[in-house]
Amino acid sequence: MSRNLYAMAQPVLEAKGLTQVLGSGAAKVRALKDVNFTLRAGELALLMGPSGSGKTTLLSVLGCMLTPTVGAVSVCGKSTAGADAEELARLRREHVGFIFQSYHLFSTLTALENVQLALDVRGRRGNDAESRARHALVRVGLAEKFAATPRELSGGEQQRVAIARAIVSDPSAVLADEPTAALDGENGQSVMTILSTLAKEAKRGVLVVGHDPRLMPFADRIISIADGRLVDERSGTGPPRLRAAGGS
Amino acid sequence: MPLNFTLALRNLFHDRLRFVATMVGIVFSVVLVLVQMGLYLGFGRVVSTMIDHASADLWIVRQGTKCFEDPSLLDAHVRDDVLATAGVASAVPVVIGFSDWRLPSGEMTPVFVVGTDLNANGLHPWNVTAGSIKALANDKAVAVDQTYFKRLGVSGIGSTADLRGRPVRVSAVTDGIRSFTTTPYVFADLKRARDYTGVPSNKLSYLLVKLKPGADVAQVQRALHSAIPSTEALTRAAFRDRSRNFWLFGTGAGAALFAGALLGLIVGTVIVAQTLYSSTKDHIDEFATLRALGSSNAYIYRVIIYQALLSAAIGFCFAAVIGFIVVEVTTKGALPVVITPALIAAIFGLTVAMCIASAFAAILRVLRIDPVMVFTR
Repeated sequence: MSRNLYAMAQPVLEAKGLTQVLGSGAAKVRALKDVNFTLRAGELALLMGPSGSGKTTLLSVLGCMLTPTVGAVSVCGKSTAGADAEELARLRREHVGFIFQSYHLFSTLTALENVQLALDVRGRRGNDAESRARHALVRVGLAEKFAATPRELSGGEQQRVAIARAIVSDPSAVLADEPTAALDGENGQSVMTILSTLAKEAKRGVLVVGHDPRLMPFADRIISIADGRLVDERSGTGPPRLRAAGGS
Repeated sequence: MPLNFTLALRNLFHDRLRFVATMVGIVFSVVLVLVQMGLYLGFGRVVSTMIDHASADLWIVRQGTKCFEDPSLLDAHVRDDVLATAGVASAVPVVIGFSDWRLPSGEMTPVFVVGTDLNANGLHPWNVTAGSIKALANDKAVAVDQTYFKRLGVSGIGSTADLRGRPVRVSAVTDGIRSFTTTPYVFADLKRARDYTGVPSNKLSYLLVKLKPGADVAQVQRALHSAIPSTEALTRAAFRDRSRNFWLFGTGAGAALFAGALLGLIVGTVIVAQTLYSSTKDHIDEFATLRALGSSNAYIYRVIIYQALLSAAIGFCFAAVIGFIVVEVTTKGALPVVITPALIAAIFGLTVAMCIASAFAAILRVLRIDPVMVFTR
């Protein structure tokens, strides 16, 4: 039942026939080979594979950081074909939130400023932006840490700030690159719980890249990648998000 | 306040050693430019000090005269032709020239004598602190500046010496009439100035012309030129510019000052560019993150430009304080450093331009940022 609902939900990211060649000359590598992938609103998809399998390359292409050598990507129905670097940046601004393995917070800014920065790059400033940033931090359980700098936060707290930064602009897709890799088990669970909750929200798809089996219970769908090809796709073992959100 | 400004501010102060290096570069550069340009202005003022203090609408000078100290002489009868020209109210003769001052110890030192008719409003000493201009009418009377007392071997009013073999007595003392050549000025009555300089009675150095009320300056100049073709009738501003151009550019002094300023700018630009570039490299992950978050290139450039502008503003403030200390220290010197509001504004603009130009290397580095790098770091 839930699988049918996922199939019906609006695709937020769509890749068709992706091939990505990296490097040149003797160092040329086909990092992705004829990949077809769809991330739908309301699902948490888990992309798993060994190192060098093409996970990060696929994430980069889906996140509009790379344009595919062959194939097409569309974000919320907008194709990236022919887009230059600034147009790709605009697509990221408008539709995609990122969470990185090593957080990539700004060490000289407070937690609140780090979150506000995601709005600032979108030209959203002032009281409304601050209020949204505070709200995002509250949502990830950091109501007491607005003024803390990254150095004053634990790894789990830093990743939660990064999640708040990713969601503060209300993107259609959230892409997370091994978000729990640098965290202990408890913090990893906490981060994945937040991400799965975010995925419940309508019109938002969450794609998590990782290779930790402990991520699997949170996924609606698990996709395996090896040697640049998607080799397997199955339902996750976690509770269906759309059903929890009242979809069925 | 946009957060990229906050980010720029925090990044700037984050690495204190680099911040200090940036400040040293900017302060060194700006102080050098400020002092060089201040010397240029000071030099310009000093070389025209006599022209600026003379009471004249027009200066009648020998054709081709380059500066106030030019030894060219006019025939004395020129004065009659000048006075006969329509629009001329008065023409006061001035005699100048180098002479030898013998100290009571017997030692000799060169001086520059300025002689004028004391009964007319011509070129009298100013800033008289002791004695009086009227006293210069007395026999042997001269006026000297107190800054040259030691050099001239005098101690004030009543001191005596020899000038070109003739006894003189200090009857007036001035303050601040300094010569950029370091040769002291000595003021005297016109007749005795001829004796001291050897200018014969049928010659004179300049005529200081006052025009009748309502007279058209350009028209009088044309009339004077056609009546006395061997002379030129220069306005005060024209003679001042000619004097300044001669001393500043004819001698190469001005070019040397500008070259020093240019060197300061180049050194400053290189230092600031280097520190901005290294700061940008150190924060390259943050810039890549901004790019990954979807910021435009312009947003990132502004971080670097803000850093450059903040550096410029802070560095300029330090440099300005040092500049004003230099002004204070040199104000009584032979060549004072002069800082005007216009100079301050111009150098602030130059500092900002220098810092923005310095940001180009850092911006070029940011241009090459690939946001994908955020996944690998």
